[in-house]
Amino acid sequence: MKPAPLRYVRPETLEETLGVLAEHGGATKVLAGGQSLVPALNMRIARPELLVDINGLSELSGFRPENGSFIVGATIRQADTRLLRHPLLAEALPHVGHFVTRNRGTVAGSIAHADPAAELPLCLVVLGGSVCTKSASSEREIPASDFFVAHYTTALEPDELVVETRWPAPQAKWGYAFCEFAQRRGDYALCMAAAAAAGKQLRVAVGSVVDRPTLLEVDPERPGESAAAQVEPWGNVHASPAYLKHLVRVLVDRAVETARERSAA
Amino acid sequence: MIPIEVRVNGRRYAETVEPRLLLSDFLRSRLALTGTHVGCEHGVCGACTVRLDGVAVRSCLLLAVQVDGAEVITVEGLARDGKLTRLQQAFHQHHALQCGFCTPGILIAAEDLLSREARPSREDIVDMLSGQLCRCTGYTSIVNAIAEVAEA
Repeated sequence: MKPAPLRYVRPETLEETLGVLAEHGGATKVLAGGQSLVPALNMRIARPELLVDINGLSELSGFRPENGSFIVGATIRQADTRLLRHPLLAEALPHVGHFVTRNRGTVAGSIAHADPAAELPLCLVVLGGSVCTKSASSEREIPASDFFVAHYTTALEPDELVVETRWPAPQAKWGYAFCEFAQRRGDYALCMAAAAAAGKQLRVAVGSVVDRPTLLEVDPERPGESAAAQVEPWGNVHASPAYLKHLVRVLVDRAVETARERSAA
Repeated sequence: MIPIEVRVNGRRYAETVEPRLLLSDFLRSRLALTGTHVGCEHGVCGACTVRLDGVAVRSCLLLAVQVDGAEVITVEGLARDGKLTRLQQAFHQHHALQCGFCTPGILIAAEDLLSREARPSREDIVDMLSGQLCRCTGYTSIVNAIAEVAEA
């Protein structure tokens, strides 16, 4: 349970960081909070030749409103209380890891790690947010629904760095809700659902039971049932596919109902 | 090998470390501060929790090179001149430890919670403790000890 030998750099500027990624790309891992990466290093699931520590980059520590969104820099921690200004994040963040891991884990790190059972990617997808990346030669803004490709797989190229994530700010008349079911508090969720509702408008996304956080077009009259009909969970040692489908139905109904109540209130 | 300078429990250390050395192993093996316990080494059990620049973190999920220039407090840094902190006294009085393996991490995490929330509720305390595993005492007395300090 110790990392394999590796090299380590801690660049002081974004330009220097992008230069390192351009040169070494596929042999590197970017280290931000390290709450998923370092366990993988310790278990030697990940064996990068070079770790690029971005914690020293003041350019990535910003948090600002811009054009109706919150722009969250890549080194903002999950414990940052400014995130709680969005009611959906305020509801989802207590489920992200634990008190101590949120002190260190970053928002962008959770997004880039793309664990299908992670809460923040699901929130970004249901809100219609995006991921801003830079490389030495380009920059992109990737919609969340295109960023997540499959389990732990994203649209990020080896020479690209997530520099910030964009979170559409809460809108008047919209209600938001997040629900998950885990066997123990802080454990990976077996199933999770998030919803945003205003009048007849409805956005629903599910996670854990699919290979990436997934937006679903649901029947507004029967949201849970129609969501469950659209997913084919694999099942796992803890839960059968049928049980996971049941959880989708229950949690989607619960999230939609709660989001509608909050939008009306 | 990379040179680092770090202040641990008020004392300055200048050391040279291999990049892959975990902070938990640095504290225990290099500095002989064995109060920081190592349980799971993947961030789940919380036994290795220390404060880094005032914030509770898992020392098994940090590399020693990352704390260059920082200030670390371990369980050894809580009591001053042999005088226990209020939280340590409350753990003693409530019998909030048995084997004590989890205790250093819980004390550090609880100190962080108490420094941030003036009066955390029992629910806040339980939520914090969900990331700190105890396998022998049971949590009731731990919650009682922290709650007593929170309510004082």
